[in-house]
Amino acid sequence: MTTAVPGLIRPSSIRPRVIGVGGAVRSVGAFLLVLVVLAAVWELAKAIGGVPWRDFLGSPIDPPWNPPLRIKQLNDQNLPHVWDVATAFFQPATRNSPHSLGAILIDAAVFTGRSAFAGFVIGGIFGTALAVIFVHSRLLERALVPYVIASQTVPIVALAPMVVLWIGRDWTSVALVSAYLTFFPVTIAGIRGLASPDPRALDLMRTYAADPWRVLWKVRFPAAMPYFFTAFKIAATASVVGAIVGEEPTGIRGGLGRAILQFNEQYITGPEKLWATVLASAALGIVFFGAVRVVELVVFRNRQAVIEA
Amino acid sequence: MSERASIVDVQQVEKRFEGAGATTVALQGINLTIGSREFVSLIGPSGCGKSTLLRLVADLTAPSAGQITINGKTAPRARMDRDYGMVFQAPVLFDWRTIDENVQLPLEVMGVPRAARRKRSVEMLSLVELSEFSRHHPWQLSGGMQQRAAIARALAFEPKLLLMDEPFGALDEMTRERMNDELLRIWERTGTTVVFVTHSIPEAVFLSSSVVVMSARPGRITHTIEIDLPRPRTDATRETEQYFSLITQVREALRAGQGPIAPEAAL
Amino acid sequence: MTDRLRQYLPAIAVFVGGIVMWELVVRGLSIQRFLLPPPTDIAATLIEQWPRLSQAGINTLIEAIGGFAIGLAAGVVVALATVRFAFARGALMPFAIAANAVPIVAFAPIMNNWFGVTSPVSKMMIVAVLVFFPVMINTVRGLLSAEPAALEMMRSYAASEVQTFRKVRVPAALPFFFTALKVGATLSLIGAIVGEYFGGSNLVLGRVIVESASFLRFSEAWAAIVIVSAMGIGFYLVILGIERLVMPWHASVRSTAP
Repeated sequence: MTTAVPGLIRPSSIRPRVIGVGGAVRSVGAFLLVLVVLAAVWELAKAIGGVPWRDFLGSPIDPPWNPPLRIKQLNDQNLPHVWDVATAFFQPATRNSPHSLGAILIDAAVFTGRSAFAGFVIGGIFGTALAVIFVHSRLLERALVPYVIASQTVPIVALAPMVVLWIGRDWTSVALVSAYLTFFPVTIAGIRGLASPDPRALDLMRTYAADPWRVLWKVRFPAAMPYFFTAFKIAATASVVGAIVGEEPTGIRGGLGRAILQFNEQYITGPEKLWATVLASAALGIVFFGAVRVVELVVFRNRQAVIEA
Repeated sequence: MSERASIVDVQQVEKRFEGAGATTVALQGINLTIGSREFVSLIGPSGCGKSTLLRLVADLTAPSAGQITINGKTAPRARMDRDYGMVFQAPVLFDWRTIDENVQLPLEVMGVPRAARRKRSVEMLSLVELSEFSRHHPWQLSGGMQQRAAIARALAFEPKLLLMDEPFGALDEMTRERMNDELLRIWERTGTTVVFVTHSIPEAVFLSSSVVVMSARPGRITHTIEIDLPRPRTDATRETEQYFSLITQVREALRAGQGPIAPEAAL
Repeated sequence: MTDRLRQYLPAIAVFVGGIVMWELVVRGLSIQRFLLPPPTDIAATLIEQWPRLSQAGINTLIEAIGGFAIGLAAGVVVALATVRFAFARGALMPFAIAANAVPIVAFAPIMNNWFGVTSPVSKMMIVAVLVFFPVMINTVRGLLSAEPAALEMMRSYAASEVQTFRKVRVPAALPFFFTALKVGATLSLIGAIVGEYFGGSNLVLGRVIVESASFLRFSEAWAAIVIVSAMGIGFYLVILGIERLVMPWHASVRSTAP
């Protein structure tokens, strides 16, 4: 989730970095490689400490493989085979369901993604607005920033049921919960980024008698862009977390949070369905993160070398 | 070589940097001998490799060809034996240490006992006139004071050789002149040999016993100018005829080394 | 001291003003209690239900702190290994960054199944995974953040690798590390409460909130939220305090610059 909520109070320790397209491709490659390794380790662990292997139709494989150890966390109930999880996507979600689990999870991911995206946008706008206000008013900064920080130490899950009472049992509640997690990194990075221009650049604008709006657009925002994108990447993940977490205690149907609850209840009969749902959630988080990353690469295509890692 | 023992001896040194496809020759055919208690400045345009030469002597990078001898040892050996102290362009003081603790850092690394470290640090800080700031942290000091602390740190373990890479480059002219006065005072008191990289002609002339003039592309030594200004040198020295004529001499040597003027070098 | 007071005055004013406004608005507009109970109601419930709520709070806090400790230890160990072996860094850092983009709270039910839904260990493990990634990523970045000039200087002293690590890399990493701890402190309570939501003991704050909300005992739910928030802020402040003790030199701690 939040890697580098830059410094919570003092974001000074994290300097935003912009890496070129080549670096992004390498990162994706390394990620896929580690994923394959992870799957291999998963199966290796099961081969050592799991239960006798079966094929994906459930019949014993021939010749049988009987792992030497029995570790509870590694049996088929607690850690289904990789291929069982993979095939679960193509099998019916429930016994008589006309839809495959994959189709249902895609619908759920779209539903949750919509709330998360709305939350991301609301949180992004709100967070940026707060940062702009704080950069221009020392008094408001002193009065309110402690509460901005305190707001994040209040576990949002605790508030989610209340939000549903206020807003109603639909996806806008979820979007608000998501926005609650999203605005924070944007505000904190924004305060730092908007204050980051060289004082001489601000003096220069002063000699032009530029009004504060022009200073904001011409100097502060461009200087703050790397900071904002660092925050947007954190916020992208946070918005998905917020949406899933917001769906869970509020009982809103149709999304991944609800699917996690549902398949958790059916865990005894089909553990691979819960695993598949968790993987779908992971994929949604990575898609959000990746989308911001792509936008970042486009926005900074001409600035690449400036802040090379 | 003079009758004095040589501290630094550089023979036929070359340094190439292998880039993507292109090889840059940073230094070529460098011969330089520096005797004990000398104060030698390396001066030249940007890209002449003066800092690279200093880093070669310090064994922070290795030569592509040639030999470097320090106190009769190879450069890596001399580094391992802590034969030299180095002062960088930036003071490189650690924020998490007080000035006193910063000065003690090399002694800690070298395993000097605490009491001896303390004593030495007190001496060094009084030498650079920072005694009353020993409990301060670096960020509480001005740029000039920070650089003085860095000099104290470099001298703390009594190296025979002090390597200085544009140590006063970031300071204003007034502070710089004061630092030059102090450096000479320290040099005379401690009896170290100094190799000093700078791009300021007056600074080089004021400080040095000899000025080594370098030129770029490829970096090589073009002139060596003996500075026979009487010592001790003071503010009055800066106003003598001899001082100005030496400055002119160094400037002309620099120009001669440059050949046809590259547009950006016109400054 | 008065300077300090003046610095915090606006924040204190907002706090007091906010509570008073809340009370007045809820009572003045006679907003229904279930939407937002007035602070006095919440305070009354807090006192009345204190034995049960405080026990639930302690149980949740144990899960959060236990998991925080596990995640912290694992994060530091993996970070050290990652920094030590360059090849691990190339492969692990992109993965850790991607893993950090995964909504790890989704793994809560799986942890419950692995470590027993009734055991606090299952909640600790979800907290540990949440805390692990920020700690690992920031520690790696911190250890690699030392200035090249500082490393070169240590080389000029012929310092050993261990000395350079202790005297340069570790102090340079501390600000990054504490950033991660502050993030982790917040995450640990979120993780504990999400984990509780998927079953287990009922005497934990996550369950108290959900149950009292579903039985329309809203001032009780709010009283529990107040406790969670107080614990979150408290945990954060403890880490802030440790940070000031450990790195009195750091910019965020400096009170007087020349």
